[in-house]
Amino acid sequence: MTLVPIPEKVEDIEIRLLLEALFLKYHYDFRSYAFASIKRRLKQAREQLGLATFSAMQESLLHDPEMVGQLLRYLTVQVSEMFRDPSYFRAIREKVVPHLRTYPSIKLWVAGCSGGEELYSMVILFREEGLEERTLFYATDINQDALKTAEAGVYPLDRVPLFTENHRKSGGKSSLSDYYQAAYGRVTFDRTLRRNVVFADHSLVTDAVFAEMHLISCRNVLIYFDRNLQDRALGLFKDSLARKGFLGLGAKESLRFSPQSGAFRDFVREEKIYQRQGE
Amino acid sequence: MSAIRPQAVVIGASAGALEALSAILPLLPVSFPIPILVVVHLPPDKRSVMAELFRAKCSLRVEEAEDKQPIEPGTIYFAPPDYHLLVEFDKTVSLSSDEPVLFSRPSIDVLFESAADAYGPSLIAIVLTGANHDGAKGLQAVGAAGGIALIQDPLRAFASAMPEAAIAMCPAAHVMSIAAIGEFLKEV
Repeated sequence: MTLVPIPEKVEDIEIRLLLEALFLKYHYDFRSYAFASIKRRLKQAREQLGLATFSAMQESLLHDPEMVGQLLRYLTVQVSEMFRDPSYFRAIREKVVPHLRTYPSIKLWVAGCSGGEELYSMVILFREEGLEERTLFYATDINQDALKTAEAGVYPLDRVPLFTENHRKSGGKSSLSDYYQAAYGRVTFDRTLRRNVVFADHSLVTDAVFAEMHLISCRNVLIYFDRNLQDRALGLFKDSLARKGFLGLGAKESLRFSPQSGAFRDFVREEKIYQRQGE
Repeated sequence: MSAIRPQAVVIGASAGALEALSAILPLLPVSFPIPILVVVHLPPDKRSVMAELFRAKCSLRVEEAEDKQPIEPGTIYFAPPDYHLLVEFDKTVSLSSDEPVLFSRPSIDVLFESAADAYGPSLIAIVLTGANHDGAKGLQAVGAAGGIALIQDPLRAFASAMPEAAIAMCPAAHVMSIAAIGEFLKEV
């Protein structure tokens, strides 16, 4: 047996043990995440939770039922923006939507929806394009708290100018303020936007295909995975997409180095939008 | 300054970055033996100007860092706008869209701290001109891991706050003029 020479500091051994404990006890699997980012997030958690070591965090994780929720918050929650990278949403609107229009019913999956910013962006875009009513939106995440935040659709008011500017740049056909009420420093998005949305707990690491999709949008999630896990997730997307279905990734994610790349063709290359090839 | 052979250089720069980097990177010969990773604070516009700009000026290969890319010697990698740039143990690049640190994404601290972990004492870290405090904590991590910490002389920097903050946190770092930093790197 050959040992892989990994420079193991005590702290890094502790982190690996902590992630193993998180998997064995709670079945959340972060063991194949990109290590440097995970470490950074865990350090932040350790500091803010006032724990001296990652071993102490592991002890707490195994014996205190409160800890897992707190830890997941650090490991998964991402603050995003509505219509982040407006040119991506413009490409969805101008290039992908005309294809989707030809279907009598549409299924869209926002994988790793976090706090819901990307989901609401999609629903608003689909409403503007007259497709909302025949679309079923799936919003999935592994973090229950994130799903609750997404379902609530409440965001700090100070983020709204950015959301509004992004929406405008994405080719928005309405005013973003049509979709929310502002009060007490927060905005609450209109509940009707959630009419056709299914929120669900789903892991790209451990769960399987659950429906046949026409568009999957998964942005800035894969960069947190290592190569093998990226391939697993991309395989899952491939198997979930209808023939000629679309996959949108983050600006710095690509299929280029993946064994799954043969199943897709570039659709809008500069926006990382791919189309599933026919069998 | 150190008996250990450096394996990588990390550089952080903010306000005045273009001029400062132009006085260093184009000097490096095509035979420069190790990789250079650079974080520059830029507006989160999607197009990366830096890599294009320096590709024209440098004899070294210049790229915008891509996720999971192996870090090759003799190459300059710029962090893409709006993403953190991190180094993994296996000397590949990771990008992240975690929250900005000190209002910055990419963050110099994030690059420096991950590189200090990955390269330990065989790292050179350089804090250049800038008007905020990014980089100070990261430089401290590099120093603590036994790496070489260099800071541009704040008196001669376009913006002095960033080098000053770095000096305050890393008193043992070497404070040098841009020209001296360039000369130092040529000897690597």
